[in-house]
Amino acid sequence: MQRYSIVSIARNALTGHRNWQRAWRSPEPKPSYDAVIIGGGGHGLGTAYYLAKEHGLTNIAVLEKGWLGGGNTGRNTTIIRSNYLYDESAALYDHAVKLWEGLSQELNYNTMYSPRGVMMLAHNVHDVQVFKRHIYANRLNGVDNEWLTPEQAKAYCPPLDIRRDARYPVMGAALQRRGGTARHDAVAWGYARGADALGVDIIQNCEVTGIRRDGDKVIGVETMRGYIQAPKVGVVAAGNTTVVMDMAGVRMPLESYPLQALVSEPVKPVFPCVVMSNTVHAYISQSDKGELVIGAGTDQFTSYSQRGGFHIIEHTLEAILELFPVFSRMRMLRQWGGIVDVTPDRSPILAKTPVRGLYVNCGWGTGGFKATPGSAHTFAHTIARDEPHPINAPFTLERFRTGRLIDEAAAAAVAH
Amino acid sequence: MLLIECPFCGPRAETEFHCGGQAHIVRPSNDVDDTAWESYLFIRNNPKGIHAERWVHNHGCGRWFNALRDTVSDRFLAIYAMGEKPPAIDGLEDGNDKR
Ligand SMILES: Cc1cc2nc3c(=O)[nH]c(=O)nc-3n(C[C@H](O)[C@H](O)[C@H](O)COP(=O)(O)OP(=O)(O)OC[C@H]3O[C@@H](n4cnc5c(N)ncnc54)[C@H](O)[C@@H]3O)c2cc1C
Ligand SMILES: [Zn+2]
Repeated sequence: MQRYSIVSIARNALTGHRNWQRAWRSPEPKPSYDAVIIGGGGHGLGTAYYLAKEHGLTNIAVLEKGWLGGGNTGRNTTIIRSNYLYDESAALYDHAVKLWEGLSQELNYNTMYSPRGVMMLAHNVHDVQVFKRHIYANRLNGVDNEWLTPEQAKAYCPPLDIRRDARYPVMGAALQRRGGTARHDAVAWGYARGADALGVDIIQNCEVTGIRRDGDKVIGVETMRGYIQAPKVGVVAAGNTTVVMDMAGVRMPLESYPLQALVSEPVKPVFPCVVMSNTVHAYISQSDKGELVIGAGTDQFTSYSQRGGFHIIEHTLEAILELFPVFSRMRMLRQWGGIVDVTPDRSPILAKTPVRGLYVNCGWGTGGFKATPGSAHTFAHTIARDEPHPINAPFTLERFRTGRLIDEAAAAAVAH
Repeated sequence: MLLIECPFCGPRAETEFHCGGQAHIVRPSNDVDDTAWESYLFIRNNPKGIHAERWVHNHGCGRWFNALRDTVSDRFLAIYAMGEKPPAIDGLEDGNDKR
């Protein structure tokens, strides 16, 4: 692998940047691997990277039906935070934040992790109580999260309207300073490049169309480019997980919904942090390109359309403008949708399945980008050792049978 | 936004409706095992293709009905009454809408 550094940039500048190596190969699929990962989003590529790097499994492949990061990874609003209520979630998401902190160095690829702070607005007494409860729970788990008065919130985020007679008055906010954003594509590309350098085959335009079983164990996958034998298969297919798991005869506690986001025309830096308002469904930050990045809600029905209804955007922009009237004349540039796989308790599943050798990493719903490194790191452990990592151990598929839910839905009703 | 044909009021905007999720889920008796209970509470069809689901016209007549909808195009293929079985759809082969 050609390492990236100031020297390599200078050297390539001399040749007009025409001689950079490709960041990863484009190999033909082999007839058999020790393991295959279905899904080339951040979680799947990261899993392959850690399988190769930490567990020595290098004869493996990532099979992606489209292009790398073309699923939810490349469609998300990149909010990163770990201030979840329950111990299990705090451990998982904070594991991810700790990995984010060193990820660019680890991968020798600039993932542009920017801990600019994530501020969640409280608009009513209920919000205030819920957020304070989160703050205390987070502190007990060693996760930073602090309470801000409306004035402190305004000082942290000057465009915020904190007038008492605002349509959605701000009664305070919870701030996680280590939270922030990262460059979505760079996460997929950085992991892909790192995995490829360790020998992993990354195969795009290769849809998995079937999963072959021999009794209760998996033996391989049918793809658009032929049958591939593999004693271990990791499904990391986000919104398409139900469809893929159906191929193996495993029914899932998932529903897939369109979730939308949109960006404005680029402007000079005006917005220093990430602001989330769960109560009015508004999520906003500014990308390094200058666009305001705005997250909306899901549609009310399941769908694979990758579009989303227009009234959802209208609702979101109404809320954004009540909170930030200063943006009323900004023009929106692009809108898109992704398909998010939602579990009944809004917590992910990172686990073994009833089929031996078949593992599943899904259910991240509207908020799994932030978890990418932690999810990939612990899921690689699960696949390599055929047992849970201590951090992902609670996130089983069986919890819906045993009743040991991790009910972040009831805890927060938070989207991202 | 979808245009939805309420069987009682005619075509109306989606915002007048609430989607009640997968149709035809039957509550099991109380003495079933955990697996059957899990399946009732949590396991869903979630197909990429034709989905039978319930809708209620809550900002209109307030009545429930069933629908078959293609989750790829979001097109409604059939609307039928609560308690009825989903109709057979012509032009439908191997789960894909060919019309
Ligand atoms: C609009 C939007 C905003 C969001 N905002 C945030 C946010 O601010 N913060 C946050 O933390 N999270 C957010 N999320 C959620 C986040 O994007 C996802 O949880 C996360 O990116 C999932 O990553 P993944 O690698 O599991 O899935 P994906 O990136 O979707 O990767 C799955 C891959 O599997 C491939 N695949 C599917 N079926 C097959 C098959 N049969 N064969 C081969 N390949 C297949 C797909 O093509 C896809 O590339 C948002 C999501 C959306 C849609
Ligand atoms: Zn009606």
